[in-house]
Amino acid sequence: MSKGAQEAARWHPRASLRKALSIAFSYTLLLFILGFAIFPFLWTLAISITDKQASGISIYDFPRSLFPPAVTLGNFFEVFDKLNLGKYFLNSVVITALTVVGTLLVSALAAYPLARLKFPGRALIFGAIVSTLVLPTEIAFIVNVLTLRDLGLLGTYAGVVLPLVATAFGIFLMRQAYLAIPGTLMEAARMDGACELQILWRVMIPLSLPSLTALGIFTLVGTWNAFFWPSVALLTNDDLLPMSVAILKLKGQFNYDVFNVAAGAMIMMIPVLVVFFLAQRFFMRGMEGAVKG
Amino acid sequence: MKRQALTTTLIAYAFLAPALVLMGLFTFYPVFYGSYLGFTDYTVAELASGEGPKWVGLKNIQFVLGDPLFQTGILNSLKYLLVVPILQIASLAVAVLVNQKLPLMAFFRVGYYIPVVTSISLAAVMWEWIFQKEGFLNWSLQLLNVLNSEGRFNWLLNENTALWAIMLVTFWRGFGYYMVLYLAGLQSIPAELEEAATLDGATAWQRFWLVIVPLMRPTLLLCSLLSTIAAIRVLEEIIVFTGGSGGPLNSTYTALLYVYNKSWGNMLNANFGVAGAAGLLMALVGFALSYINFRLTREERGER
Repeated sequence: MSKGAQEAARWHPRASLRKALSIAFSYTLLLFILGFAIFPFLWTLAISITDKQASGISIYDFPRSLFPPAVTLGNFFEVFDKLNLGKYFLNSVVITALTVVGTLLVSALAAYPLARLKFPGRALIFGAIVSTLVLPTEIAFIVNVLTLRDLGLLGTYAGVVLPLVATAFGIFLMRQAYLAIPGTLMEAARMDGACELQILWRVMIPLSLPSLTALGIFTLVGTWNAFFWPSVALLTNDDLLPMSVAILKLKGQFNYDVFNVAAGAMIMMIPVLVVFFLAQRFFMRGMEGAVKG
Repeated sequence: MKRQALTTTLIAYAFLAPALVLMGLFTFYPVFYGSYLGFTDYTVAELASGEGPKWVGLKNIQFVLGDPLFQTGILNSLKYLLVVPILQIASLAVAVLVNQKLPLMAFFRVGYYIPVVTSISLAAVMWEWIFQKEGFLNWSLQLLNVLNSEGRFNWLLNENTALWAIMLVTFWRGFGYYMVLYLAGLQSIPAELEEAATLDGATAWQRFWLVIVPLMRPTLLLCSLLSTIAAIRVLEEIIVFTGGSGGPLNSTYTALLYVYNKSWGNMLNANFGVAGAAGLLMALVGFALSYINFRLTREERGER
């Protein structure tokens, strides 16, 4: 029946006109939404490459300011020079790297006994980790700063990173990956006299690389972009701020240079975009893709 | 054999130790200690002098409930929930749009997802330029003859529009994320159903509301739950757009901003007791909303 309908549509000139119109309408809508999604980036890109010396151009001079008459990369150098962006960029790199490595390590280790070992207290611990998903986190940040202060970690990289690395999400993801590995592989390794650490390192981790990669990428993007927690944990030490926090401080300065801030924004966005484009399948499939590899 | 079991237990706990210590210290302990603080007097003065918190019972809860600023905050957080139905229906519609079998659909999906991987602080930098008096939004509205040049205003500095402007940014950062979740759900709708509706003469609008929305209800409810919890907890957006002031005229002051400004957002005046009490009340609101959503989802499952 539906095949008949398609044939009828193909032969009927009015129906095929209607179909063409509907496709044209679809694409118009798709382009409009694309404009909404990426216009802020395009405009910021245009600002960042505008040569401000060439003309006393205002960024609000539409539509001229969307197509800069004179182009330069000078803003990108200036923002390192004048606003010290290099320092903040490095802070972002260090905080993100430590968080990713820490998360992978903690999750890969903790998930193994939960997935594959029998020991007293397993159900209880698993339940406790699940419960962190519903615990009210509204008040946690207040106490965490107090705790870091008591530990002498307030205003340090470790103070930002340590509260972030043990997550239910990471442990679940790795547990799922380990559960999918055939038990016979573990038995064979045990027969050969491998200890649990060797089984984890030689069997489980190589076979769950897709999940580790996914966890690493999600953690990377999330940490690079994070604003709230680093801004609180580094309350007392502006020197270690990541770019996500620093860029707003730069913008908050009286008489800030729009062109430099736009360049800084682009510098912060580009690494995320590269990672996103390279690893889009992990994002576009939701978690399903990550779990199944 | 018994020694073997003991060894396994030891190994298991050794592997779990880093996760358990960190979660205990930074996830469980703060929730319990923070709740306790809500019933005590504990300000930055006590912190500095090294005195411990003093139990005061329900004093902070009473203070918070009577504080007009907190009431404004709750009201604005509830207002923020309006973004949920709009965001969910629009994301589903976008998912239907990019689920068509036409060329370039993968390209559009990736484009729509870019705002999701954008930091809130970058979003604030870029959108603040758009919302300026001379910004792109007003320029577009002038082009459409909705505004004249005298009628232009800064959307973030007007108490009637500031919260809506920030909600638009939440929408911008959210629709690609939910689109992906809906796309997964849409794959399970048999194509024949839509074709049959088309044959019966249903317009695209009717197909969306009468075929797709009812069939997608379980996913819609799940996504609404996620988005409700995020919306009632709105805080970062307000900090980055208003510098934590919740202005103009407290029109963007949300409940969690109250918690933040009573603690580390305003360190010299921090009152951890009041902040903890307000946080507890917000947690209760969050639980209530989750419970309502959960019940709705379960009823849905029961029907099927």
